[in-house]
Amino acid sequence: MNNDDEQNPDFPTAGRRPPHAEKPEESTPGAADNRTSDAAEKPRVQSMPRTDEATAPSARPPAPPADDEATARLSGLSPGTGAGPGPDDEVTARLSGLSGAPSPERPVGEVTTRLDGPVGEGPTAPLARPARDPDGPTRRISVSPDPVTPEKKDAASTAAEAGSASTTDAGTGAEDVPEEEAQAEAAPQPAESAKRRFSSAGALICFLLALFGFTLVVQLRSNDGDQGLATMRQEDLVRILSDLDSSDSRLQSQISALEASQRQLSSGVAGRQAALAEAEKRADELGLLAGTLPGRGPGLVITVDRVKASAILNAVQELRGAGGEVLQLGGSNGQAVRVVASSYFVDAEGGGILADGVKLSAPYVLSVIGSPQTMQTALQIPGGVVASVNSGGGSVTMEQRATVEVTAVRKATTLQYARPAS
Amino acid sequence: MIAVLALVAGIVLGIVFHPTVPAPLLPYLPIAVVAALDAVFGGVRAKLDGIFDDKQFVVSFISNVLVAALIVYLGDQLGVGGQLSTGVVVVLGVRIFGNVAAIRRHLFRA
Repeated sequence: MNNDDEQNPDFPTAGRRPPHAEKPEESTPGAADNRTSDAAEKPRVQSMPRTDEATAPSARPPAPPADDEATARLSGLSPGTGAGPGPDDEVTARLSGLSGAPSPERPVGEVTTRLDGPVGEGPTAPLARPARDPDGPTRRISVSPDPVTPEKKDAASTAAEAGSASTTDAGTGAEDVPEEEAQAEAAPQPAESAKRRFSSAGALICFLLALFGFTLVVQLRSNDGDQGLATMRQEDLVRILSDLDSSDSRLQSQISALEASQRQLSSGVAGRQAALAEAEKRADELGLLAGTLPGRGPGLVITVDRVKASAILNAVQELRGAGGEVLQLGGSNGQAVRVVASSYFVDAEGGGILADGVKLSAPYVLSVIGSPQTMQTALQIPGGVVASVNSGGGSVTMEQRATVEVTAVRKATTLQYARPAS
Repeated sequence: MIAVLALVAGIVLGIVFHPTVPAPLLPYLPIAVVAALDAVFGGVRAKLDGIFDDKQFVVSFISNVLVAALIVYLGDQLGVGGQLSTGVVVVLGVRIFGNVAAIRRHLFRA
């Protein structure tokens, strides 16, 4: 599983970096799956085969075919992991210290051999290329599990020992085969251990990724769910709290100010109502005094007959002096006159009297609101109204009542000249 | 493949269970998530580069998350938690952008 995962990304990379790969290795397009890091190590690699050739210059020509044979044979063995390249490559791999990618160095060695080698090298290069292509996958498989690397190093070193010994004879290929087959058999073992390691590391990765997705969703949901204060920082909360406090105090002061103004206004309303009530009461009193309002209360009803207007005037004055508040003079013809400050009484032509321009006929009824006892006493004093009327031939009858109705009213007069001083 | 399945499983678990985050962890969870996101993108990039290493991924994932949370915790203790978490998010965001750019180059050759 892991191998598959690792292989897939490698395929595109191999094809996708032609500019990188072709620049350093002009003659071998088969090395296109080089990594950029391999290009940096090329000088080291190139110096290698030269020493190799110095040790065995005569044996060089037959070596490449043997290599190709070996690689071609190995290409059939897919699990033959580190054994893909020939002895030369293993030497270079060991020396360069690059465990995972023995194949990139392979073309380099080939380049040098081709440059140094005899004329017959030409066809080997095309031969080598097809061998290289299947080599790619084998390398990929071998790279994927990390634990393979030490094995591969060992295999490389052992193969290199064998190779260094066998580079001189032409029968290297024959010697290599058992080696590589042994390696091919040894390869599954590290692969299994790699699988075991994969199961632990992969499980850890899976767990971490699951945890990641879980927390991601949880965070998203929690962020989505409450936009409120729960996710906020402490200092933000403190700031919000102080803001709320200040606004609260501001609103409290507003409330108190508004309450004060409400009190003022309501007190003003109360004062106005009191003033209004007072004014109404005063208006009622004044209306009763001025005769514009009908009145009612305890008082006297006095019936006078055969008298002159002067006797009526005396009686009215006596009643006022005794505390009579509201007076009304009615005649037997149904007319009634409210007696006010400006009232006058005149003897009319042909009997009766004229009160305020209204003719009244005898007998006259004088209704007075006031203290009945006091007024009756005041009228009956010796030499008073009753005595004078009786001596003049008239008659007076007085009746105390608990309720005397004064219904006659006068129109309010608008004053023409007088104005209040204040 | 299994990793993607695990990621999906985690997302589904989160959706299904919908747990509430404990209050003390609230400031650190988003930062940890961003750090984990950075590690995941780094892992994808490494995989595309062919240099993916299990151990390295696990270690970088855990250390990223822990260091990010630790920085925010320290910031909270020092009274600059908000600013430090912003800084951490910026740094991780830059890294994520770099990783995503590399992944994009791999996938689209552009």
